[in-house]
Amino acid sequence: MFLALRELRFARWRFALMGSVVALIAVLMVLLSGLSSGLVNDGVSGLQRLPVTAFAFDEGTKLDSAFSRSVVDTQQVERWRQQPGVQAAEPFGTMLINTRSDRGVPADLAVFGVEPNSFLAPTPAEGSGLGAPDGIVVSRTALDAGLRLGDTVTVDRIGTELKVVGVTADQRTYGHVDVAYLPLAAWQRLHAGVGPGQALPPQAADQATAVAIRADDNVDLAAGDAAAGTSSFEKKDSYGASPGYTAETSTLTLIRVFLYAISALVVGAFFTVWTINRRHELAVLRAMGAAKSYLLRDGLVQALAILTASIAVGVGVGLALGGLMGGSGVPFALEAPAVALAAVLLVLLGLLGASAAIVRVTTVDPLAALGGQR
Amino acid sequence: MSTTERTGLVLSNVTLRLGDGDTTVTALDCVDLTVRPGELVAVVGPSGAGKSSLLAVAGALTSPDAGTVTIDGRDVAAMGSKDRAAYRRDNIGFVFQSGNLLPALTVLDQLRLVTNLSRRRVDTRDPRQLLADVGMAHRADRRPHQLSGGERQRVGIARALVGHPSLLLVDEPTAALDRARSHEVVQLLAQETKQSAVATVMVTHDQDVLEHCDRVMEMIDGRLSAG
Repeated sequence: MFLALRELRFARWRFALMGSVVALIAVLMVLLSGLSSGLVNDGVSGLQRLPVTAFAFDEGTKLDSAFSRSVVDTQQVERWRQQPGVQAAEPFGTMLINTRSDRGVPADLAVFGVEPNSFLAPTPAEGSGLGAPDGIVVSRTALDAGLRLGDTVTVDRIGTELKVVGVTADQRTYGHVDVAYLPLAAWQRLHAGVGPGQALPPQAADQATAVAIRADDNVDLAAGDAAAGTSSFEKKDSYGASPGYTAETSTLTLIRVFLYAISALVVGAFFTVWTINRRHELAVLRAMGAAKSYLLRDGLVQALAILTASIAVGVGVGLALGGLMGGSGVPFALEAPAVALAAVLLVLLGLLGASAAIVRVTTVDPLAALGGQR
Repeated sequence: MSTTERTGLVLSNVTLRLGDGDTTVTALDCVDLTVRPGELVAVVGPSGAGKSSLLAVAGALTSPDAGTVTIDGRDVAAMGSKDRAAYRRDNIGFVFQSGNLLPALTVLDQLRLVTNLSRRRVDTRDPRQLLADVGMAHRADRRPHQLSGGERQRVGIARALVGHPSLLLVDEPTAALDRARSHEVVQLLAQETKQSAVATVMVTHDQDVLEHCDRVMEMIDGRLSAG
C-alpha cells in the first residue's frame, strides 16, 4: 500500500487519463443498462406481471410468432387442467388493436383477453376490475398516452366500443404497446372481426391464443403438451414471442459485451505500459529484497483503487444522466441490481485485464538494477 | 536484528559463468575475497572484467556456479531465490549508479520504504536521523528529480543503511558526479562504513577516490588480485 498509493499520487494524471476512459465506459454502461431494462419493460412487462408459469401454444407454433398466430380451443385448456402439478389453466387471448377514444385520442392497445374471475384477471389500482362485457382495464402507461378512466374507445374498422373501467398500478406493456385487459368473450369477438350486432361464428366462441398455466415448479410440461397437443414455453422463454424483443435485447447485449471487453483491454493495456515503464524501478525494488508478492499486491491495489474510483464516478454520472431521461419518451428504467451488476463486472474484468499485465512484475530480474540507468 | 555475530563477507573460490553453449563467458574465475566489518574495499578494473558479476554474487542476486559466499557465516549461495530476496532485504544494502531512487517517493519515503518492504523487522535506523547523518535532512520532502546527482547518491547511501545491513554493495557511485562531489560521496561511504561496522565493497572506475578506501582490489578477466 505504501508504494502503491504514493505512485498513484505521483502519476495521477496518467492514472486519471486511464480512469476517465473507464469512467466513460461506466457512464455508457449505466445508460445501456437503463435502456435495456426500459426496452424489456416496454416489450414484455405485460407478460412479466401475469402470474403464469408457462404458456401452451397450438402444437408446432414457432415461438417468434406464437402470440399472433397460435389458436387453441377449450378442449386443450381442459386437458391442461387435468395434468398433474397444474394448479390452474385458463384460456388467454392476445391481439393488437388500433382505437380512438371519445375525446379523439388515438390509442394502440395490446388486448389480453382473460376470464374475468380467473387467476389472470388484473387487480386495478383505480376504478373497477373486469366484469362488464365491454369494460377494459388498461396499463398505467396508457394514461400518459392520453386515455382516462371512463373513456370510451372505438376499435378501428369494426367499430366495437370498449369502456375504460380500471387502471393497473404499474406499467404493463407488450411489444411497446399498452396492455388492455378485457373479458375473453369480448376478445373472441374482436379476434373474429365481429362488429356490434353481428353474430359470433360458433367455432370462435371456444378459441383463445394460448393456454395460460400456473403450475408447481416440477410440473412436466412435455407430458402436458403430449396430452393437449400443444407446444409450451416457460414464461421467460415466451418473451421471445413479443414483437422485436429478441432483436432489441440481443443488440444491446452485444454492445455491452463489447464494452466489457474494451474496458478490460484498456485497463490491461495501461498496466502493460505502466509495468514496462517501471521495469528498472522494479528491478531496483527486487534487488532491495522486495518479494514478488509485494510487487504484485502493489500493482493490484493500484488497479483496484483506480477502477473503483473511476467506475464510481462513471456510475454516478450515468445515474444523473439517466434521471434526466425519465419522461423523455425513451424507454428507460434504471434498476439497481442491473446497474450494480454492471459496475461489479466492470471492476472484476478491469482487475482481470490489469492482472494479466501485472504478473510481468514477477519476471523482472533484479540483476538489471546493476549498471547504468536505462 | 540478526543475532549472529558480524564476521563480514567471505567469497571463496567463486566461479560464475554467463551465457550458454559456445558463448559461455567466465565472469568470475576462482575469486577469493574477504571483507571485514568496518572495512571499505574498492574493486577496480576495465569494463567487462566481472565487477558487476562480483556484486551480483556477493549481493545474493545470483548464485555462483562454484564456490561459497558467506555473509556473517551464512552461506547465501545455497539459498533459493525467495530466501535470497528476503536475505537481501534484511541484511544487504545496495547503492546503485546515480542513486536509482524511486521517482514517486520523497527523500524521506525512500528510506521509509525499506521498513515497509518487510513487516517483521523492528531494528531499523530512524530515517530522519539517518538523513541528517548524510546531510540531507533539509531535502526530506523533495523528490529525486529535484535533487542534484550528489544529493541523490547521499540519499541512496542512507537508503542502503536503513536496515542495519551487514554488507554494503556499491555500484559505481561516482559515475555521474564531478570530482568534488565524488570525493564527498566516497568520504561519506568510508565514514558510514566505520560507524555502522558494515563490510563495504565498492566497484568503481574512478581512480581519484581510492584514497578513501582501506584496500583496493583489481579485477581483470574475472580474476581478482590485490591492486
